[in-house]
Amino acid sequence: MTGRLFEPGFFTNGAVHTALLVGAVVAVISACVGIFTVIRSQAFAGESLGDLGTTGGSASYLLGVSDPVWGFAIAALIGAGLIELLGVRRRPDRDLATGIVLGAGLGLAALFLYLDTTSSSTTGVSITILFGSLFVFNTATLPALIALGAVALALVAVSYRMLLLSSISPELAAARGIPVRLVGAAYLIALALAVALAAVTIGAVLSTALLIGPPATALRLTKRPGLAMLTAAAIGVLTTWLGILLAYDSYYWPPVQHGWPVSFLIVAAIFAFYLLAQLPALRRQTDRRTPVAATTNP
Amino acid sequence: MVNTWLAATIVAIVAGTIGFFAVLRRSAFAAHALPQGAFAGAACASLLGLSTILGLFVFSILGAISIALLGRRGRHDAVTALTLVLMLGLGALFLSFSVEYAPEIYSLLFGEILGVSRSDLLPITALGAASVLATVVLYRPLLLSSVISDAAEARGLNTRRLELCFLLVMALAISATVPVVGTFLVFSLMIAPAGSARTIATSPLAALALSILIALATVWASIAAAYQTNWPVGFYVGTIGAASYILARTRQTWQSALFKANTGQ
Amino acid sequence: MSTAIAPAPDTIPGEPMLVVDGVEVRLSGREILHDVSFAIGAGEFTGLIGSNGAGKTTLLRVILGLQQPSSGSVLIDGRPRGRRNAVIGYVPQKVLIDPDMPLRARDLVALGLDGERPGIPLPSRRRRALVEEMLSAVDATGFADARVGNLSGGEQQRVLIAHALISRPTLLLLDEPLANLDIRSEQEVVELIARIAHEQKLAVLISAHDMNPLLQVMDRIVYLAAGRAASGTVGEVVRSDVLSSLYGSHVDVLHVHDRIVVVAGQATGIDDGTAARHENLDFVRLS
Repeated sequence: MTGRLFEPGFFTNGAVHTALLVGAVVAVISACVGIFTVIRSQAFAGESLGDLGTTGGSASYLLGVSDPVWGFAIAALIGAGLIELLGVRRRPDRDLATGIVLGAGLGLAALFLYLDTTSSSTTGVSITILFGSLFVFNTATLPALIALGAVALALVAVSYRMLLLSSISPELAAARGIPVRLVGAAYLIALALAVALAAVTIGAVLSTALLIGPPATALRLTKRPGLAMLTAAAIGVLTTWLGILLAYDSYYWPPVQHGWPVSFLIVAAIFAFYLLAQLPALRRQTDRRTPVAATTNP
Repeated sequence: MVNTWLAATIVAIVAGTIGFFAVLRRSAFAAHALPQGAFAGAACASLLGLSTILGLFVFSILGAISIALLGRRGRHDAVTALTLVLMLGLGALFLSFSVEYAPEIYSLLFGEILGVSRSDLLPITALGAASVLATVVLYRPLLLSSVISDAAEARGLNTRRLELCFLLVMALAISATVPVVGTFLVFSLMIAPAGSARTIATSPLAALALSILIALATVWASIAAAYQTNWPVGFYVGTIGAASYILARTRQTWQSALFKANTGQ
Repeated sequence: MSTAIAPAPDTIPGEPMLVVDGVEVRLSGREILHDVSFAIGAGEFTGLIGSNGAGKTTLLRVILGLQQPSSGSVLIDGRPRGRRNAVIGYVPQKVLIDPDMPLRARDLVALGLDGERPGIPLPSRRRRALVEEMLSAVDATGFADARVGNLSGGEQQRVLIAHALISRPTLLLLDEPLANLDIRSEQEVVELIARIAHEQKLAVLISAHDMNPLLQVMDRIVYLAAGRAASGTVGEVVRSDVLSSLYGSHVDVLHVHDRIVVVAGQATGIDDGTAARHENLDFVRLS
């Protein structure tokens, strides 16, 4: 352990290259979708979809598909569909319904993980699904990852203005003829895909951090949606790379001398940035009382 | 074996009782978020060689206090989610330091009902009894403030302190129930029976009693099924919970459709 | 059908039940209430009239002890407003009830008796009798066992009134009870409150943004505009000169059949510096 910021071999390590690339791609996509999650106050839905990713990931292992990204994606999409179907308008009822779906999904996850560990020799499968596997990412999955990410980004790009307005004020959007339900459904699909991607990076259970952390931080720094999205993407990439770097450096850190989990380090970095954004000095630069609605026309 | 049934019964009573108020007060998110904080506590305790229940207890209480301080909804959604994901990450970190990584995670997340020891039974019973007792004491104020918070304030009830008390009671309940059902599914046991019960029973006491009964039925059926099939208890808890809620909802829709047909609407 | 209910104890005949004296409230640098003074006696039905944002809810919160005034005082039945709540019946504007809530009308009324005390209520004949009595006083016996979340606006309002009355208050406050009701329910609720107030010699303060539904039953009116109040009978207060000086700009009072309409006057083209206090008169209603 040399105590340098960039431990030797960091820039030449193939696994690190992959991790940096995948991490950056996922961070950008998560940020762009996550902005709306925060604006729509749907953190619970996002978190539930992430947890449901556990079900999908474990199911895919059971079926012999070694790359969990499809499992994550399909489970999240089904979850999003169910939540939309239960489509209750009132927030408390929606939370209850989301919780019930989540309970069933996690019950299934319990079963699949159990069957995974007893049927095959993949012992570390729970860890991979729950907490990510960035350093052992299979590059053959990269095209699938990018494809799914592109779909998510496309959905957001195409519906950007409509999504923004209906997130801030559904009544106003409906009055202007925007198909609020349709836009909401498209957004849920994008959310499911983004969650699946984040699950690949830092695990199903921690995926929420990448989805809402950088956007929440960005929204503390600026109220203009476009700028917030760019800022969130930048913060996402920065924290992911920081986490990867620290994970690599941590190989010889105490107490166990085999490295700290990269997922934890990324989450910690995201949280640290969020706390930094709370600093009064930075806060003074934005007028907190300005509602987001007032700045939809930058 | 007796320990298992005993522990399960206690857990069901606790979850059914606290769950009734969690659903009444629309705290589904807190019921999901608090156990995740507890996860980190259990992992930390395990690392330090201490009792996992102690770790669950301490971190649940800390989590309850932070949620109460940060407020409940709106903008604080993101903060709560972030804090709890951090707790989960910390849990993963602590576990990564220990040797028994994978099996420990599994049992913390999905419960280890079949492995409840006699030494665990005492703290579980004590914590569970404490949470149920506290709920009984707070019954009326909680009910009033959940329904008419303004009038409750006017009568001298401090609703913010009441909210903190309730979260602390939930923390107690979580420390008692997580060792048995796991952090992932404890909230399902809290909200599914209560959610189902409230669609059937019309008065609060009846709904509370029914919530406990449904929780008991869920847990007992899950254990029996788990013994038969060797599949994890958590699977049955989650799916039976969802099934009971869907059944209750269907019955409700059916009844109101019948009512409308009869009254010619 | 109402049953004769004994009047609430401890009423000092002739003494005003509620005295508000020079109350001022400043919040975040803004003056919400300025020098508000009025008194209500037992059995008097008083309407607190003002448009949205005039300060009605703030004033009610001060009387309830939920908001501390920056200056001024509130006396309830001769005693100063202390932290220990005097027996005030309060019917709030918003209740958090969803259709699934396992709470019947009679349960909600029972909560009015002792909802703030700890523990689970033990079934007692006395409690049941009291609840039944209250329910019949507000004509709610027909839906006493229905879920509160399934009741119509008017029915829910009646249950809330029973909830407030069961603790035998000497003063009844209602925050915009007519706001979301249709005209028929409105009339029913107003008649009900007036009847109960008369029977129980209750002092009633009911806030509304439209005075017309209350014209037939109001003994006094407290008119709130831009944080300032004028109180007296309707004839004394609802006049052009009085209201104009409250608003700080010219206001006309029109009588249309048996209704009163208050409208902003013509712009005079003269900037006399009072434009800043011009209120948004949005409570005009013609039958």
